[in-house]
Amino acid sequence: MTAAAPNYELIQQDGLETSLLEVSMGPHHPSTHGVFRMDVKLDGETVVDLKPVFGYLHRNHEKLAESMSYLASMPFTDRLDYFNSMTNNWAYALAAEQLIEIEIPERAEYLRVIMSELTRLVNHVSLVGFFVNDLGALGTPLLYAFREREKILDLFEQASGARMMCNYFRFGGLRCDVPEGWLERTREVVDRFPKFLDEYEKLLCENEIILSRTQGVGNLSKELAISAGITGPMLRASGVNYDIRKVDRYGIYDRFKFRVPFSEGDVGDCYDRFMVRMLEMRESIEILKQALDGIEDGPIMGNAGKVFKPAKAESYGRVEAPKGELGFYLVADGTTQPYRFRVRPPSFINLTVLRDMCIGQQVADAVIILGSIDIVLGEVDR
Amino acid sequence: MSEAIPHEAVLQRFPEVEWDEEFGTLIVPSAKATEVAIWLRDDEAFRLDYCSNVTGIDYLDREFKEKVKNEEGKTETIIHKDPARMEVVYHLYSMEKRTGPLVMKQRTTREKPEAQSLTPVWRSCELQEREIYDLFGINFTEHPDQRRILMWDEFEGHPMRKDYVEPFDYEWEPTPHDEILEKHQKGKVIF
Repeated sequence: MTAAAPNYELIQQDGLETSLLEVSMGPHHPSTHGVFRMDVKLDGETVVDLKPVFGYLHRNHEKLAESMSYLASMPFTDRLDYFNSMTNNWAYALAAEQLIEIEIPERAEYLRVIMSELTRLVNHVSLVGFFVNDLGALGTPLLYAFREREKILDLFEQASGARMMCNYFRFGGLRCDVPEGWLERTREVVDRFPKFLDEYEKLLCENEIILSRTQGVGNLSKELAISAGITGPMLRASGVNYDIRKVDRYGIYDRFKFRVPFSEGDVGDCYDRFMVRMLEMRESIEILKQALDGIEDGPIMGNAGKVFKPAKAESYGRVEAPKGELGFYLVADGTTQPYRFRVRPPSFINLTVLRDMCIGQQVADAVIILGSIDIVLGEVDR
Repeated sequence: MSEAIPHEAVLQRFPEVEWDEEFGTLIVPSAKATEVAIWLRDDEAFRLDYCSNVTGIDYLDREFKEKVKNEEGKTETIIHKDPARMEVVYHLYSMEKRTGPLVMKQRTTREKPEAQSLTPVWRSCELQEREIYDLFGINFTEHPDQRRILMWDEFEGHPMRKDYVEPFDYEWEPTPHDEILEKHQKGKVIF
């Protein structure tokens, strides 16, 4: 599991004074993507040991949700992974809809898929920007990414009234319909997106510095990835073909034709994780095109009652969020409040293997390994 | 949804394991937990190689009422009794067979909460069991690195427990006692 550390006693005997250097990286450092700390032990430039420390943003979201009605925690789910509020909403709605029989109208299902795939584009495009930023290409690629992200955030604002904290889903449908002309504008954005991706791939994918910095760095084997519960693009980069959109077929994902990109080898490195996300964006565009073709007029809210009061039951709803499997576990006790509310955050569990991937690498590589995991601290700390 | 997993084989193989009809979960005694978990992971029929979600639940000793319509069409109130206990819940999936979930629970008492750590079986339990230890105060035997994870190390108490009392001011005094605690219990301190 761990790379063999050199025998320091032997080095001491050679008459040299040597010891490990302990560095606390973070919590206030741009490369940690928020308030996250890594306690790193260094032998020269090589990482010998690493401990992730977090909890700086902990606000006990679960306890909050247990003290309010089911619907009232919907806006709070936006704040978990604040890049992807739409998929957070969907995961929570999915878990709650299992507790009570609700029919979801066709148009709402289509809009859910469209919103969720747009979210995936937002997340992956900005992740790639941040990742290249971590590599030292400061600014320019990130701003290219943010230019595209802004166009999609404008669409979210037109539909839900907010750029990031959308609060758009409801149990049994959506809060409101999209405004007139929104679908045409979305189609324009989606049609232009591949052109940007071509440009972006040309700029990054065969760049010599990116290749030499990311290939063979942060190796994660297939066995460890499965055992450690890694999900999402990180799992697929390690060679496992597992996508919850294909496995669970929640919503109406069984109607769309799309491929799941995954790495062929048994070991995934940072470059694989970067490439899987680049390829996934192309597939999201395919899904979006099919969904925009298939959507028809109709109601957007089902037969849900005003008060959400499920009987005594348990449910676990999970979706393929851009970062991995996002699950909500609810225990209902017959009242209007959940007795137990649990979030299964993908980026929190993906951090399990950070130490395994960083040991034996250079300290500068620890930064890009963390970047390739794709964490958001709002979700890790909850 | 992916296929549900038949649980009868587990009950045949391990007579100690119970099946909870109400929620559809396996109740595994802590002493047997590792053995059952390894069997579920490695058995050809199950291959539950992926432990997705691990969490705890705290049940206080309580009664709750449910209104049910009887045969004559009148509403009756049934009083359920829920014994005090703590549970650790595992949601298991199979990546190889693409099946799941199978829900497994370890039960423990509220007075001396202890459960068997399944981190040696599934690495994904590592951080999640640490979180349960931090927020619920359940001790995991054989956990490789049981420390607080979200709260700071000096923190006292376990905030996700149902009977947890918030302190008056975290910075001034992290746990309430004496007068403040009494006022809390009488419901006089309002934030």
